[in-house]
Amino acid sequence: MMIKIKGGRVVDPANGTDKVQDLVILNNRIVSSGDAKKSRSRVREIDASGMVVCPGFIDLHVHLRQPGEEYKETVATACEAAAAGGFTSVVAMPNTVPRTDNRSVVEAVQDWGARANGVNVFVMGNITVGGEGERLAEIGDMHQAGAVGFTDDGACMQNAAVMRAALEYSKNFGTVIAQHAEDMTLTASGQMHEGYHSTRLGLGGIPAESESIIVARDLNLAEMTGGRYHVQHISSKESVEMVRVAKKKGLHVTAEATPHHFTLSDACLSSYDSNFKMKPPLRSEEHIQAIRKGLKDGTIDAIATDHAPHAEIDKRVEFDQAAFGIIGLQTALPISLGLVREKVLTMRQLITRMTSGPAGVLGIERGTLSVGAVADVTIFDPKAEWEYNEESNRSKSKNSPWIGQTLKGKVVATISGGKVIYEDGI
Amino acid sequence: MNEGLDRHLLGLEGMSREGIEQILDTAENFKEIAKRPVKKVPALRGKNILMAFFEPSTRTKMSFQMAAKRLSADTYSISTGMSSLVKGETLIDTVRNIEAMAVDMIVMRHGFSGAHRFLSRYIDKPIINAGDGWHEHPTQALLDMLTMRDNKGGFEGLKVAIVGDIAHSRVAHSNIFGLTSMGAQIHICGPYPMIPMELEKLGNVTVFPTIEDAIRGVDVIMMLRIQLERMSKHLFPTSREYSTIFGLNRKRVELAHKDAIIMHPGPINRGVEMEPDVADGPRSVILDQVTNGVAVRMAVLYLQMGVTQ
Repeated sequence: MMIKIKGGRVVDPANGTDKVQDLVILNNRIVSSGDAKKSRSRVREIDASGMVVCPGFIDLHVHLRQPGEEYKETVATACEAAAAGGFTSVVAMPNTVPRTDNRSVVEAVQDWGARANGVNVFVMGNITVGGEGERLAEIGDMHQAGAVGFTDDGACMQNAAVMRAALEYSKNFGTVIAQHAEDMTLTASGQMHEGYHSTRLGLGGIPAESESIIVARDLNLAEMTGGRYHVQHISSKESVEMVRVAKKKGLHVTAEATPHHFTLSDACLSSYDSNFKMKPPLRSEEHIQAIRKGLKDGTIDAIATDHAPHAEIDKRVEFDQAAFGIIGLQTALPISLGLVREKVLTMRQLITRMTSGPAGVLGIERGTLSVGAVADVTIFDPKAEWEYNEESNRSKSKNSPWIGQTLKGKVVATISGGKVIYEDGI
Repeated sequence: MNEGLDRHLLGLEGMSREGIEQILDTAENFKEIAKRPVKKVPALRGKNILMAFFEPSTRTKMSFQMAAKRLSADTYSISTGMSSLVKGETLIDTVRNIEAMAVDMIVMRHGFSGAHRFLSRYIDKPIINAGDGWHEHPTQALLDMLTMRDNKGGFEGLKVAIVGDIAHSRVAHSNIFGLTSMGAQIHICGPYPMIPMELEKLGNVTVFPTIEDAIRGVDVIMMLRIQLERMSKHLFPTSREYSTIFGLNRKRVELAHKDAIIMHPGPINRGVEMEPDVADGPRSVILDQVTNGVAVRMAVLYLQMGVTQ
């Protein structure tokens, strides 16, 4: 099977490409136009004029909820949402029930992924047994089973000695230790960013320092150990600045930011709508600006969604009792394109942060349209508007602050491994 | 009628001056009913009011019930122990079920900030906030304001010191919102771990490190109840130290304006935030606050019922 994508604006940051040209896929690989001529395969032509053609997006941070919380999401439904959002690869977080802290759960999630719609499901394992932050989990065994990195996401590794050991041990496998940075003694019963709005609304505060204190500690440990460290869903200006300095020093440090953290502020909480409740929380304007700057200058490598499905019974309750987190796979592109429209990022920079950037964090061979590469390709119309509603939503949950809104920037086709796994209007 | 009032009374933040004045004026008129031999008017006859108190309350609940009965409304009450919330029913379901029994108004206290706002998205009948978490307690602030107006005439330029645990006090929040929108000036003092961030942005608010500085020259001193369990959360060391450093005693009272009044939303920890002879002294208007509470709640029930009609 051959797919010819004709007349699109091909943006492939890994190769410095940004021009209108055709892109050819033969079977599961990107091929040169010369190779294409030699083939006698059946051809599907896709007219991509006016569209952007780029590597399939890679989401470093997705909660698939399987095993254990299938009433919120399953690997299969998350992959449907991912494909509709232009993602060809997602990285599953390990806070499942039971925890992804051993080979068998890593393999189970990978198997469910293999049986889904064709989105590549990568898995991060827990750093510690049960994600409890006390004893190292079998990082080596999980790595050999295919885990692409390790995190105790959902909670933060509080114990500095365990964090040190994790960073050291990860060097045996060349893998990355990712941190949900949150000093939990400072966040305690916090519900939202601590500042003017938490004072006004009478909600417990989560200070920006609860993140930056852990990032500071971890960067020291990364320097000491030489381990590879990744800051998940970075949200504070101090954290961004410290990562910038660490990168200048040459440490093996990377960071990701979510679309909600660079577009929505804590002022959104005024209505106590739990679709604005997540960890880290939406912060104030100065933090939003710092994240935008970090995305611009490359301090932040990747845009990740922290797609966190929760059912109505978890969300439609009093604010203090509502679960933290929102879904984001289908809104990531249109919301992030806002940065291009506002001229914060160029189209190429945006696509870098969604493709080669995250691939580089994990060290996986994805996120490029090089000849010979696996044909993970996303085609989107940056100008098309569409309504994100319960009907177009593919996730099993609908906890999004953007639900019911008209969004600009629409995925028209998602191709994973040479197979069209999602299409709409082409 | 009732311009300036929303369907629900969720808080004083953003309420217009006219709205506040209308409630205070109406309360002023209702005060007289308490002095009649038959303390009842037919204003809300045939109306059913639900008192939903999901947090312990003696005084506020009693005050609302008395207010409703003086207006001839019928009241029904649920509290945490009785409600099906303990059986796992959600707040929305509980209140919707009761709404289906045709109540006309819901007075609610809830331990979580924003619970009323959340419920108001799903409930048509007017909701009166009798306290939500650390957020607002609008009728308490309104009765405080009525007491201040009785004694001081008005709010423009009035200096009010609020001393204590501001971060966890819905009374302080509502007073700050209500008083500053009426033109008063707020002085705040308390242990800094209990002073929330960026408090001064809420209005004409100044934070002082010492109680002496906070109450110097003020017209009103409002002492807040200190919850002793906050000690375990590292917010202050001991009640002994609290009373020495932040408590109100006779000597400190002298720093305020000579006609200053002393208020407390109750219940008082005697000997902690306030010496007994100050609480019971000639400047104390603490019991007037309680009396005014019934009149203010009558005004609120009456006016809010009118908003929907």
